[in-house]
Amino acid sequence: MKFSYFPGCSLKGSGRAYEESLLPVLSALGVELEELDDWNCCGATAYMAVSDAAGYVLAARNLALAEQKKQDLVAPCSGCYLVLNKCQHYAAEYPDVATRVQETLKRDNLTYKGTTKVRHPLDILVNDIGLDAIKKRVTNPLKGFKIAPYYGCQIIRPYATFDDQHNPVTMDKLFKALGAEVVTYPLKTRCCGGSLTGTVTEVGQNMSYILLREAMRRGANVLATTCPLCQFNLDAYQGDISSDYHESVKMPIVYFTQLMGLAFGLPAEKIGLQRCIVPMDLKPAAALAK
Amino acid sequence: MNEPTKTQPRIGVYICHCGTNIAGVVDCKAVAETAAQYPNVVVSRDYKYMCSDPGQALIQQDIKEHKLDRIVVSSCSPLLHEHTFRGACEKGGLNPYCFQMVNIREHDSWVHEKGAAATDKAKDLTRAAVSRVAHHKPLETKTTPIHPDVMIVGGGIAGIQAALTLANAGQHVYLVEREPTIGGYMAKFDKTFPTLDCAACILTPKMSAVGAHPNITLWTYSEVAKVDGFVGNYKVVVKRKPRYIIEDLCVGCNECVTACVFKEGKFEDEFNMGLSKRKPVYMPFPQATPPIVLIDPETCINVKTGKCKKTCVEACGDRQAIDFTQKAEMKEVQVGTIILATGFQPFDAKRIPQYGYGIYPNVYTSLEIERLVNASGPTEGHVVLRDGKTKPKSVGIVHCVGSRDNKTHRWCSRVCCMYSMKLAHLIKHHTDAEVFNFYIDIRAPGKGYEEFYEKLQEEGVHFIRGRVAEVTDWQMSKEEEGKLVIRVEDTLAGFVRRIPVDMVVLAVGLEPHADSQDVRRQFNISCSTEGWFLERHPKLAPVNTFTDGIFIAGACQGPKDIPDTVAQAGAAAAEALSLIKAGSIELEPNTAFVVAEECSGCKTCIPMCPYTAISRDDVKKVAVINEALCKGCGTCVAACPSGAIKQNLFDDDEITSEIEAILAK
Amino acid sequence: MAIKQTIKYDSERDKSFPQEIMSRPGCEKLYGCIQCGTCSATCPVSTYMDYTPRQLMALTRAGFKKEALGSLTIWLCASCYACTVECPKEIKITDIMYALKRQAIQEGIYPKRFPIPVLAREFYNMVRSKGRVTENFLAVMMFLKSNPIAAIKTWKLGLNLMRTGRFAYKLDSMKQPAKMATLLDKADTGWKGGAR
Ligand SMILES: Cc1cc2nc3c(=O)[nH]c(=O)nc-3n(C[C@H](O)[C@H](O)[C@H](O)COP(=O)(O)OP(=O)(O)OC[C@H]3O[C@@H](n4cnc5c(N)ncnc54)[C@H](O)[C@@H]3O)c2cc1C
Ligand code: SF4
Ligand code: SF4
Repeated sequence: MKFSYFPGCSLKGSGRAYEESLLPVLSALGVELEELDDWNCCGATAYMAVSDAAGYVLAARNLALAEQKKQDLVAPCSGCYLVLNKCQHYAAEYPDVATRVQETLKRDNLTYKGTTKVRHPLDILVNDIGLDAIKKRVTNPLKGFKIAPYYGCQIIRPYATFDDQHNPVTMDKLFKALGAEVVTYPLKTRCCGGSLTGTVTEVGQNMSYILLREAMRRGANVLATTCPLCQFNLDAYQGDISSDYHESVKMPIVYFTQLMGLAFGLPAEKIGLQRCIVPMDLKPAAALAK
Repeated sequence: MNEPTKTQPRIGVYICHCGTNIAGVVDCKAVAETAAQYPNVVVSRDYKYMCSDPGQALIQQDIKEHKLDRIVVSSCSPLLHEHTFRGACEKGGLNPYCFQMVNIREHDSWVHEKGAAATDKAKDLTRAAVSRVAHHKPLETKTTPIHPDVMIVGGGIAGIQAALTLANAGQHVYLVEREPTIGGYMAKFDKTFPTLDCAACILTPKMSAVGAHPNITLWTYSEVAKVDGFVGNYKVVVKRKPRYIIEDLCVGCNECVTACVFKEGKFEDEFNMGLSKRKPVYMPFPQATPPIVLIDPETCINVKTGKCKKTCVEACGDRQAIDFTQKAEMKEVQVGTIILATGFQPFDAKRIPQYGYGIYPNVYTSLEIERLVNASGPTEGHVVLRDGKTKPKSVGIVHCVGSRDNKTHRWCSRVCCMYSMKLAHLIKHHTDAEVFNFYIDIRAPGKGYEEFYEKLQEEGVHFIRGRVAEVTDWQMSKEEEGKLVIRVEDTLAGFVRRIPVDMVVLAVGLEPHADSQDVRRQFNISCSTEGWFLERHPKLAPVNTFTDGIFIAGACQGPKDIPDTVAQAGAAAAEALSLIKAGSIELEPNTAFVVAEECSGCKTCIPMCPYTAISRDDVKKVAVINEALCKGCGTCVAACPSGAIKQNLFDDDEITSEIEAILAK
Repeated sequence: MAIKQTIKYDSERDKSFPQEIMSRPGCEKLYGCIQCGTCSATCPVSTYMDYTPRQLMALTRAGFKKEALGSLTIWLCASCYACTVECPKEIKITDIMYALKRQAIQEGIYPKRFPIPVLAREFYNMVRSKGRVTENFLAVMMFLKSNPIAAIKTWKLGLNLMRTGRFAYKLDSMKQPAKMATLLDKADTGWKGGAR
């Protein structure tokens, strides 16, 4: 299996642990990702707020690059995944949008037809590769891990392509296949605060606090995420949150791909686990026994 | 009568404005002027309302003055006024079938924008009709007698009411109910809004009256298997499922139920919405009609394996009412008219997972609460949580669950606001809990309904205007611990609230039965896309269908409360009676007939006819069509390889001339 | 506390405003809003907003442009699409929020030192010149232009990122970033909003 790969800005920056775990895990399962040559920022949520036309063009340029390769495009970051999908939807629904995109891209000698599918790694893992194949790769079952599966917003909303909008279960199934326990987590699709955490901190951190506290209440010892922004928001501010809310909040936040890597027996530093600000206990089972 | 001549027809054309319905889009005057130029047209006019008395008089007068022998009216749908204009022709002394109607409203002005194109379309359609009508021949109307017996399908309050009305008028009624007892949803209620009269007190006397009426044949646990025939003359096959009880011998003593090898109820009790357990042999509820037990084949050990001690049979003793050899039985009856009263099904609350039904035990549907507040219900009227003992201290009732929502059902279910208030009152009365109603708009438009709303407000029930976003158990504060939390915007106060409650009641909407499309096909009537049975006209023929002799009543036509259901049931009974009293009905003469000289006797047509109207005369070796059975579908006409079958009103000449004229520009 | 009249006169309405917003892709169904409040109750940020999303729909369709464009609500919206998915009338509230944000920036009506519109503009500029975004540089720009004092408070975060190797010391860029500016300007030129 071979896909075009759109890392997006975060996976090259503060979210590099996602890329560091995604690539070896997929390659262990026989999936090859070919990074788009000279990709550009997808536009994220900020672009739509300034100019929609420019936003669609940003997204479409990447889609056009993948179309050239005749490959489907893997977008691991939730923000990118949404923006790219949204561009496809709007270009298909609104002829004006499609024309504007096509005419602008001509300048860069690119064409956009909308033929490339935008895929999320979770979708590929569970639906293309299958849980059985994944199970076969597990050498180090995640015993003692009690995982709060946190999907966040944008990979299932508003375009539910591979899972249920209200109660997504792809990750739940995946973690069970890795030998972990999955806790009931009713906030699995609630927003982490997005860019608010860095801008209007009291609002963003309150949103993160709600998610972290409920995960602790449910007895989770790790929270798994699919998005670099969620990972950052939930991981980076736990100190501030603890002091603001006079409550010790401590919850390791890792990418689902890091948990897979661990279960596949990959060394922790090869899958970016050292990049967690709140470190994760690699052997929670042992901790339990103590 | 002006005899139409084939050589030189004299045609009158009338273009109706329908107020501004047509004239607002189509230039009617221009259409009339152009039509005056069409071949054989002697008179061409436009007029504001052709269906009005002066409009009809115009036709009659022109027939006499201009010796017209054929008429074309371009107006609305033939469904509405073909009858009217044929009548006008007849009164003017013309055979009513020397008439052709053009629909320039539904087919033109209502679906196009104002402009030349719309006017051109009206001209084209009118030209085609002028060309066609020249070939029309005078036809004789036939009549068919109406069999006086009536079949009613569905024994809810609608079916019960219609059955009693007809039976009291002396007609024989077959009432077919799919469940083991009649009563429908109303039988599950404790009280009814807005008067809070006891549902059982007003319903059960009617149920037993049905059971005892000499003019009613009641077939419960039965379904219609096949419907043949046409208005006045329907042949219906009813399948009576085996209940393993001989109805006439069972006295409803329930001794077999006590004796059953299951000491306790083990299976979900359907009548109590699964809130209690029943045995394989059971009576749905004490006032069931007929008041007899049944054995459920899905759960009875003896039916499933044949290996049971059959303590029930022993207990029944000499009465010998239990019969494990019973098989499904087919009953065939002849009726003249049919009333469908199959009701509704409640919306499945699991389709909105945000509301937590099936996830959190103390989220209930309204129907479950109807059983909980009912003195003869599973808890004898004690409103308690699923643990069976705790009284709720706070209860939230969520309106519009599966209603007014583009993702489930767009319609307003009409009864939920009112029954939610009823339940709020009853819950408060039973538990003294704090009760919250979460609503988008309160819809209380019936007689005494607004007053009921006022009464509830005075009782201190909270009304929060906001559609609930979520029922959940994640918590924000101590007060929410162990509670269900309702997240909602208090839109009148202008902020979002989290309200912790012990019990949540989902006011599920009404939807058509899952099998409504099958039922509609069986009876050859129409349905809205959602599945509600379609009335012939929403205002003027609300209980008629497009199929003569088949009527609808109650919630199968659309959500409605008991007062409206009963009114409609009465109307449906009256419509059936009016046909029965008339004794016969006129039929469209659009039947097919075989031109014997041209028939080769190949029998191709015989299996094609959906109404088995064709047979073969073995002496003359030709096909013969029974006109009484023919519904004019035209299948055989198209199928006949020798072109020997013709159809009145759909003659080759008529059809081809119409097509040619519409293509000729 | 100053006492203010809260009555609104009809002359304060901009009657073309709702049509203008509804002509943007995704915003067509605004008039279908039944003011049920599902959006507000679903929204994880509504607890901080000055107008709830529902109220914003009402303001917009009634033509209270100043109130709608000047609200904090549109900037607090986190684009999580929860409202859009739940609205019983299938109104794409998130997209309406975007349309309002764009209009507010165009017309220069937004809370000046509020960090979110500043972030949006800085983001826009960085992508325009580099084709990509480098988060910690962006954060610095945003703080400088909105609230320099808040930047100081984030020193601990900065250290943590450096310790875990998540801090970028130089701006990421495409190979030929120069073409982005032309491309994006071309996209914007004469764009009317792409009405259906
Ligand atoms: C929770 C709740 C509370 C309510 N409270 C009130 C109230 O207080 N006051 C009020 O006025 N209204 C109330 N209503 C509305 C009321 O239930 C309806 O108006 C009424 O039941 C409609 O009667 P019906 O006979 O048309 O349909 P139903 O009651 O649905 O009866 C239809 C019958 O037809 C049978 N049937 C269905 N399909 C077939 C088939 N194919 N063949 C044979 N039989 C079939 C069914 O088994 C059923 O017995 C309430 C509704 C709900 C959901
Ligand atoms: S959820 Fe939709 S209909 Fe309800 S208030 Fe919000 S926008 Fe309006
Ligand atoms: S998209 Fe914006 S307005 Fe809608 S729920 Fe999310 S944060 Fe609230």
